[in-house]
Amino acid sequence: MPIKSYLALAGENKLEALRTEVLALGCEAIPAENKDVLIVISETKNEEEDKALLEKLNRMKNLRHLTLVSAFAE
Amino acid sequence: MSSIQINRRNFIKKMAIASAAAAAATLFPGIIFPNDQLKGLPDGDDIQWKKSPCRFCGVGCGLLIGLQNSKAVAVKGDPASAVNKGLCCVKGYHSVLALYGKDRLTQPLIRRDGKLQPATMKEALDLVASKMKDTIAQHGKDSVAIYGSGQWTIPDGYVASKFMKGVIGTNNLEANARLCMASAVTGFMTSFGMDEPMGCYEDFDHADVFVMWGNNMAEMHPVLFSRMLDQRLRRNGVKIIDFATRTTRTSMASDRSILFKPQTDLAVANAICYEILKNNWHNRGFLQKHCVFKSGKTNIGYGLEDNFKFTDEPKDMSLEQFRAFLEDYRPEKVEKLSGVSAKDIKYMASLYGDPNKKVMSVWCMGPNQHTRGTWMNNLIYNIHLLTGKISTPGNSPFSLTGQPSACGTVREVGTLTHALPYGSVDNEKAREKAAKIWGVPVSNISPKPTYHTVEMFRALDRGDIKFIWIQTTNPMVTMPKLKRYRNGAKKEDRFVVVSDVYPTPTTDVADVVLPAAMWIEREGMFGNSERRTQHFEQMLQPQGEAISDAWQMIEVARRMGYEKYFPWTKENHVGKIWEEYYKFHEGDKHGIAPYEVLKKEPGVIWPYVNGKSTKWRYHAKYDPAAKGDSFDFYGKPDGKAWIWARPYEPPPESPDSEYPFWLNTGRVLEHWHSGSMTRRVAVLHQAVPHAYAELHPSDATKLGVKTGDKVKLTSRRGSIVMPASVNERGLPTEGQVFVPFFDESLLINELTLDSFCPISRQPDYKKCAVKVEKA
Ligand code: SF4
Repeated sequence: MPIKSYLALAGENKLEALRTEVLALGCEAIPAENKDVLIVISETKNEEEDKALLEKLNRMKNLRHLTLVSAFAE
Repeated sequence: MSSIQINRRNFIKKMAIASAAAAAATLFPGIIFPNDQLKGLPDGDDIQWKKSPCRFCGVGCGLLIGLQNSKAVAVKGDPASAVNKGLCCVKGYHSVLALYGKDRLTQPLIRRDGKLQPATMKEALDLVASKMKDTIAQHGKDSVAIYGSGQWTIPDGYVASKFMKGVIGTNNLEANARLCMASAVTGFMTSFGMDEPMGCYEDFDHADVFVMWGNNMAEMHPVLFSRMLDQRLRRNGVKIIDFATRTTRTSMASDRSILFKPQTDLAVANAICYEILKNNWHNRGFLQKHCVFKSGKTNIGYGLEDNFKFTDEPKDMSLEQFRAFLEDYRPEKVEKLSGVSAKDIKYMASLYGDPNKKVMSVWCMGPNQHTRGTWMNNLIYNIHLLTGKISTPGNSPFSLTGQPSACGTVREVGTLTHALPYGSVDNEKAREKAAKIWGVPVSNISPKPTYHTVEMFRALDRGDIKFIWIQTTNPMVTMPKLKRYRNGAKKEDRFVVVSDVYPTPTTDVADVVLPAAMWIEREGMFGNSERRTQHFEQMLQPQGEAISDAWQMIEVARRMGYEKYFPWTKENHVGKIWEEYYKFHEGDKHGIAPYEVLKKEPGVIWPYVNGKSTKWRYHAKYDPAAKGDSFDFYGKPDGKAWIWARPYEPPPESPDSEYPFWLNTGRVLEHWHSGSMTRRVAVLHQAVPHAYAELHPSDATKLGVKTGDKVKLTSRRGSIVMPASVNERGLPTEGQVFVPFFDESLLINELTLDSFCPISRQPDYKKCAVKVEKA
């Protein structure tokens, strides 16, 4: 059951819109207070689901850049 | 899902959030997340937390290691640590994962029929001892050597020093800190007569101005950099200046980024001194009472030839003569040489010169890995001494270390050819003291230093050294002009022993490989950049047959007949070693904390006097060893600090028509040194999977390359092909290429030059000439 954290960089002034997109994909989102950056926490059942989610995350409209920070498997 | 599972998942999520926040702090300096979302990690039901300094860099963050089912499963910053106050960087968060790479060395290997083959620990240690003994019998004691590390624990270094210098009687002991800190040591010794910074990390909380000299702190010392940024958020008027040869994440977060041409920091530092004196910003009373002026030899060479020798000859000079020396460094003149505008030089001088500003200078590899590294250190001290901004909170020239125990193990224990745990081998009193504590005849300790690191590997190549034991370091990635030293190590009648935790290019050239217990798999101490010693207990069983470096050496020494010098048991040896080592430093100038205190505290700064750490040295208000009522630079016999006239001299190799680019090498945030541990942590490896050649966009355009395209770099010593990186992490100036050295499959040190500072003997990894072509 992988749990991963990412840093998502939003397009200019698109942080809130990006947050909405992240939440809609069932992830947790913690926006920074002073930069267009979001911590994204994903929790999936297996590698396959994880891969599919990553594809969706990467397709988000308001996303400029996504970086994986940590990955933990139970 | 059971409540235990829910707790566990919650816990992992918090870990994931914490490491993302830490990564964000270094990628986007100054970033703020809502506090309530980043609350500390919950204690998992069955997780036990134990304190340890971080395994990686010289910042020496205090960590809490989460242990569960005999495994290290989590890390958090220790809120009780004065170093990091609960913070941690991405390397620290993932540090425990480096224990569990799939290919950990768990069994000794012996080369048989040209191949490394599994062996028992007994077999391997017997072979090492007999080879060492036979080599000494055949070729003399100076034919054997140990090459250790600033990642050795203090007990490891202590055993090596006693074994080699006291018992065997050779000064063939060096450590990789020669490659990163030697210029800092000789800088301190020549300016103050004693090693290591006078201040401590608390200076970050007091300084108004921070000047980083060639130091990409955002990546190399990220937690301290966060502390600096935090001060700028909290206090008005705090200024951060990045003075460097390339634009980095540090530059982006600074108030001013000032770029200089390689090597010309020497001239700019002198120009700052010129301006300070010209504008009467110097502190006359301080200078009269506490400083003297000196000049030394010039045109001192670059150490490119074998058996290079140099001894400086300090001569007295007056303030007026010093002023006359600085006439060559008027800002307008230096502007042409350095590329730094006279305006910027004057601006920097005005920050140092402002009597109402406390200034901290911070540096690491930029000034140290420099063919005039000692001079660069002297020059930064000159600026602080001229203005009297030293040894008081916030006024602090602060040389940072790269490795977790470069200070503790190499500089304090003295695991360099010239040094003893107290004083140097050429000092009779120091030899007598060591002999008495070690219980060896004083005649055992040779008064003559032998080989510093580069010369040690040259001696191995020449055949003057026949046996070398390398522990906790990876010289077949990190030596400059690597090909010569790798070929030397592979020669027929050389015997190479390597103790490490993973296979590396250095184990590839070994005749015997000994698996080492890593970090918290054994008990130990590290000493960080601010003179802080931190103890960690053994939390895990070593993997397979691995044993600690110290115990490996003790086992070999015993087999060679030296049991009486190492009478300790496996269980008590760390405490016993500390008790013995403690005797070297007794007194108020360098007293260290007793073992029991170290076990309890999250770190203790030396001098530890009457149960208290001395945070600022050389000032009577803070330092019990200082006489009088203010400054006392007691490292020098007359209590005065030395201001040195040190000129600009060019590097041994500069770009020309054939090799038109500067090559600068260095590190990246995610990888520790040669990458042997961090490349085994999936997240860190994925973040930066391979080395690259960072180019300025206009050079890239001229070459017709973009990020990912292959470029060929060629120096007079070799060639390498690697992907280009344009407008990514860092931005070199035009005509410069930067390559990180962590990648063992792209060995940039095949191209670097083995020139070094003649005083410190530290090589310069920041400057040589290369050609860049599209591959
Ligand atoms: S800053 Fe250095 S000591 Fe601190 S957590 Fe990072 S690597 Fe470890």
